[in-house]
Amino acid sequence: MVSSADTAGDGAHGAEEGETRRDFLMLATGAFGAFGAAAGAWPLIDQMNPAADTLAASTTEVNLAPIKPGQRVLVKWQGKPVFIVRRTKAQIEAASSVNLANLPDPELDAKRALKPEWLIVVGVCTHLGCIPSGTKQGELKGEFGGWFCPCHGSHYDTSGRIRKGPAPKNLPVPAYEFLSDKLVKIG
Amino acid sequence: MSDSKFKNPIVAWIDYRLPVFSFMEHELHEYPTPKNLNYWWNFGSLAGIILVIMIVTGIVLAMHYTAHTAFAFDSVERIMRDVNYGWLIRYIHMNGASAFFIVVYIHIFRGMYFGSYKSPREILWILGVVILLTMMATAFLGYVLPWGQMSFWGATVITNLFSAIPIVGDSIVTLLWGGFSVDNPTLNRFFSLHYLMPFVLVGIVVLHIVALHQHGSNNPIGIDTKSPQDTIPFHPYYTVKDMFGLGVFLILFFGFVFFAPNFFGEPDNYIEANPLVTPPHIVPEWYFLPFYAILRSFTADAVIYLPISWLMSAKLAGVLAMFASIMVLFILPWLDHSPVRSARFRPLYKQFFWLLIIDCIILGICGAKPAGAPWTYIAQAATAYYFLHFIVIIPLLGFFEKTKPLPTSISEPVLKGGGGSSSAANAKPMEEA
Repeated sequence: MVSSADTAGDGAHGAEEGETRRDFLMLATGAFGAFGAAAGAWPLIDQMNPAADTLAASTTEVNLAPIKPGQRVLVKWQGKPVFIVRRTKAQIEAASSVNLANLPDPELDAKRALKPEWLIVVGVCTHLGCIPSGTKQGELKGEFGGWFCPCHGSHYDTSGRIRKGPAPKNLPVPAYEFLSDKLVKIG
Repeated sequence: MSDSKFKNPIVAWIDYRLPVFSFMEHELHEYPTPKNLNYWWNFGSLAGIILVIMIVTGIVLAMHYTAHTAFAFDSVERIMRDVNYGWLIRYIHMNGASAFFIVVYIHIFRGMYFGSYKSPREILWILGVVILLTMMATAFLGYVLPWGQMSFWGATVITNLFSAIPIVGDSIVTLLWGGFSVDNPTLNRFFSLHYLMPFVLVGIVVLHIVALHQHGSNNPIGIDTKSPQDTIPFHPYYTVKDMFGLGVFLILFFGFVFFAPNFFGEPDNYIEANPLVTPPHIVPEWYFLPFYAILRSFTADAVIYLPISWLMSAKLAGVLAMFASIMVLFILPWLDHSPVRSARFRPLYKQFFWLLIIDCIILGICGAKPAGAPWTYIAQAATAYYFLHFIVIIPLLGFFEKTKPLPTSISEPVLKGGGGSSSAANAKPMEEA
């Protein structure tokens, strides 16, 4: 049913190039449609991201006063475990005297703790997401006195850095700030 | 494989094993469609697109909704306030239900005006009525889920309709509720069924389209296509026309979504369900109003109830009449035995068609008003006329109406500007083409 007028019109202008005005219109329409479809799909995808109330509940405040030197505690932040350690002098010394060249993921201890006395790390093994042991009394702490992941044998040191095993990265340090000497806000 | 009609080797390879591309080519591109379809023919594909929009937004809403009486209302409020774009998705789903009914009602009246239900398209029409019933059930179930006051009391009233059934009525209502009132078990099963029904709907829509493609679309003139000259391929001619119609529809639809999202809704449904307080004025969603008016018009002293008062209670009569108002559509292809399809050539039928439209609007208005004079009397008269139209007027028109002469082909009025006496002579070369 293509009328002769269409064919003649296209041929006159586009024959030598092999491209016609109609080709341009088809591409422009297709591009516009694809952009519109993407814009329309975005709300349907973005709804799966954390909702406003979930985000509002995304910080955790922890009272540090009852934590004794050398003690480790586990708190929940955004549904994940966070290790808080009040490190002893010896532990800080051990963490800061390591030769960075020997580390799989070199990072200075001073960069990982705002105050050397307090180490705060997310307690999720960077290998496949298990929770490393060592926070509770009597649990295995691994060869470097930090944490040991029972799933695939990753050893972390007293700065939460990976030293041995399959995990590729150090335990991540969450964003946190000290609201006072004895109160920290994580997130 | 080498003689495949597809140039792309991957497409040809797949099509040789799974003929999806041949199927699409056959049903969309080669599918011959009458060339004289007007814009009233846009509403079928539009309804299909709305069904897809409803399923997509519904699946997404179900990710955040909690089907429990203690949490349902708050989970919907959380969707509105906290979930990313939740307000947009819910308003699309909410207004989409109204848009779906507007489009489908236009689609149905289009079929009535142009006689699309007549042979050989009776099953196509019947499947359409089944789609309408399924839609109504889905809409009712979905309206209960936000667990507002109208949700709760709508569910209570509609489920209580079944108590009108003699002997087993009360047992059926208990079965539907899963308890002794509308409560958590009811909400749970309504959510389950509301999620199921749209997919049932998709299945019936597929059958509806299979039946459509068997004999092709009817057209505004209502005569069969007789030659390739009478048809054009569905793609690109009607795909592009449907796309244009979709654009116009979306402008109107999102006008409501963004600027008047609660236009079709009831404010009372933003009050959490309270089983101990009935709102003073219960109304169903607008698309059920005509049926609600028919239900309520059967009162003990109603003239329309008198002939059957010895047989059943007024309550049962109202329930049966409400269902009958849709059931009568199933037999419309046989009630209307006029051989002429399109109202364009049926001067009397055309007038009665518009009277039926007015009657349905009056029923809708009555359904929205509180029960009592004068609305009850108007509703009773309108109900009587509704059934008179289908049971008496339509069959009689088949006998007594003098129809106008039909053109000999679809092309004739297009080429000649309205049929003429020399039609037989003109038709001949076209039929040979």
